[in-house]
Amino acid sequence: MAVVLDKSHRWRVALAHLGVIAFIATVIFPFLLILSISLRPGNFASGDLIPSHISLEHWRLALGIAYQGPDGQLVEPQFNVLRWLWNSIKVAGMSAIIGLFLSTTCAYAFARMQFVFKKQLMSSLLLMQMFPSVLALVAIYAIFDQIGVYIPWLGIDTHGGLVLAYTGGIALHIWTIKGYFDTIPTEIEEAAKVDGATAFQAFRYVLLPMAVPILMVVFLLAFIQGIIEYPIASVLLHEKDNLTLAVGAKQFLYPQHYRWGDFAAAAILSGLPITAVFLLAQRWMISGLTSGGVKG
Amino acid sequence: MGRKLEKWVLLAVAAVLLLAGLFLTYKIYIAGQPLLALVCLAILGTAVYVYSAVRAYAFRYLFPGLLAAVVFVLFPLIYTFAIGFTNFSSKNLLTYERARQYFLDETYTVDGDRLAFTLHRDGNAFRIRLQDEKGGTFVTPALALKQAEPVSVDAHALAPSDPPLTEAVDLKTLIQNLKALKQVAVKLPNGAAASVEGLHEFAPVRPLYVAGAEGALVNQQDQSVIKPNFTTGFFESSTGEQIKPGFKVGIGWANFKHIFTERSFSEPFLRIFLWTIIFSGLTVVFTFGVGVVLAVLLNWEALRFRGFYRVMLFLPYAVPGFISILVFKGLFNENFGELNAMLNMLFGVRPAWFSDPLLAKVMLLIVNTWLGYPYMMVLCMGLIKAIPADLYEASAIAGAGPLTNFFRITLPLIARPIMPLLISSFAFNFNNFVLISLLTGGRPDFLDTKVPAGTTDLLVSYTYRIAFEDSGQNFGLAAAISTVIFVMVAILSLVNLRLTKVTQTETR
Repeated sequence: MAVVLDKSHRWRVALAHLGVIAFIATVIFPFLLILSISLRPGNFASGDLIPSHISLEHWRLALGIAYQGPDGQLVEPQFNVLRWLWNSIKVAGMSAIIGLFLSTTCAYAFARMQFVFKKQLMSSLLLMQMFPSVLALVAIYAIFDQIGVYIPWLGIDTHGGLVLAYTGGIALHIWTIKGYFDTIPTEIEEAAKVDGATAFQAFRYVLLPMAVPILMVVFLLAFIQGIIEYPIASVLLHEKDNLTLAVGAKQFLYPQHYRWGDFAAAAILSGLPITAVFLLAQRWMISGLTSGGVKG
Repeated sequence: MGRKLEKWVLLAVAAVLLLAGLFLTYKIYIAGQPLLALVCLAILGTAVYVYSAVRAYAFRYLFPGLLAAVVFVLFPLIYTFAIGFTNFSSKNLLTYERARQYFLDETYTVDGDRLAFTLHRDGNAFRIRLQDEKGGTFVTPALALKQAEPVSVDAHALAPSDPPLTEAVDLKTLIQNLKALKQVAVKLPNGAAASVEGLHEFAPVRPLYVAGAEGALVNQQDQSVIKPNFTTGFFESSTGEQIKPGFKVGIGWANFKHIFTERSFSEPFLRIFLWTIIFSGLTVVFTFGVGVVLAVLLNWEALRFRGFYRVMLFLPYAVPGFISILVFKGLFNENFGELNAMLNMLFGVRPAWFSDPLLAKVMLLIVNTWLGYPYMMVLCMGLIKAIPADLYEASAIAGAGPLTNFFRITLPLIARPIMPLLISSFAFNFNNFVLISLLTGGRPDFLDTKVPAGTTDLLVSYTYRIAFEDSGQNFGLAAAISTVIFVMVAILSLVNLRLTKVTQTETR
């Protein structure tokens, strides 16, 4: 495109660069600060952005290693961050696997089969999802309190119960997977059926292998959801060793025992992998968020 | 061969699952919950039908997922409505039957022969050994000693065939378990009951209450009569004194009346409602404002490094919320926070971010804008890309500047499609529990309200505090407020659906 650019245009570009960079600097500043704080000695020390004296004490505590304090005393890690991270991964992984299984089978029926109330079922599933689970916390607590009476490993303060509580929220996943199934032509499955395959075999051996990419995406989305979920976990989990990271992390910042430096190290340690996974999945997440509710 | 084997394995798994389900149903029935057992049975029956009838073939794929959605999403919603009409709270925690049993299990000490006792470990549980003055020795089965309610256990005379008891526990362990031990009534073979009295003795006890006519209970110590009152949910004495523990009863619209008519509830409710609206409204305005400007810039082809900028600008959205919110909590800290250190250095001020109501609100909006603008930015980028380029070419020929372009072309053209998304964002922030809970916890609190309520509380976090943090643990009231919020969310969703439909039909 041959467009004559005048001088004011160049100025504007430069100004835009400057503005965006300044904005990015403001936005990223908290992260840089946290990195610097995690390397400063002590929990209350203030200092420059680039610490003059680098100390790894907070990182040691975050990794669960005791360290020798300046007064010669051995400082034991107070919170088992790695344990919390593992709890989070365990709960999120389990709920993602179960959720993926449930939503894939549902999506198959919605995409390929005819049955009564199909349309109503699909839209009511989506309608249910519009009400955040925060509003039903009292009921969720009461339900799992009851379940725990009969099946102790699914009650309050168990990871089994938390996983179960997360498996209900699959409506968006069903829609995402169904949308993908709709794009795969049915002829291939029909050919398999002509060759004598049952409906289940057509699903298991023909359709599923072709849908692996979307299944992985949905798994990642469900996994991230499980990691960052806070309200239900905060109600169901109590025991310190049982907490997930989302619930446990705030314990660093109670006014009575304020552990700013320790928190900084723990936050980077646990936040980095989650952020990486999120950036990996965000492309589909955004498109799911924007189109999931609208498309039909 | 392989297919046949697979079929048998599947059948076996199904049989095991069915048996487990039936066993669970039986357990629930035995525990005195016939209604719940019936529901379980109905679910099992449906499962058997779905997986055996050919007609219901499609539902074989749907059943597990739908069941999970119904039990863990739909049922909690309905159950929340139901709780809103009861007095369910820490004072009225038990069902009527359990509360009645609680009174019937209560005992009082009477004069009589005392028994010496020792406590013995049995795995993770304990056994109690009793010895009367004539040398008769009795032991109880293993008890967990973790319960908070009265229990009654049968003791049998120690026979030589019994496995030997372990060494008696030391005094420290005994004292640790004394609280639970006090709730245990041991029934001896001769029919008498005894409860712990001091650290070494069991004293004979008698039940404090005996069932009387019409559900009344008669106190054996002073012959007073208490009657259940099914409107207040308490057993009451003849003078109307309420005796704890109470039980759950339906109280109709009382909770809703509280919220809307009683000043001590309605006033904080209105204030919080107003702030909830302001908070979500301003959040949408700010995040959209920042987001759309950045989106326009990032769609400007003259700008280089746009890919890099995009990733950096998106970063706040990628970091898990519970981490970045806590990071801000630390940075804004009034005494040790880095932000106040900097402000102090530059301007000599140390704003009280967490104790001044206005500043706390400002802080929440700053943090929430930071958290939310990337989402708006990405949405706007997509919509702006869809605007035909010839519009801008025409306006360039007419000599329009970038500001005119923005306000006359870009904004009007994305306004319609972005509207439903803005409303969703409003609804999301209306219920943004995580931000409030992790950043301010609703504080600073109002000083002039009876129920604990905070100046930065949203309706959801207020509900959470009533249910789980406030000492009253008033689940019923919390559920009623939740129901009110439900209605508001439903209205928002309806409006949203309408708008979405309008845009869809117009684009077609």
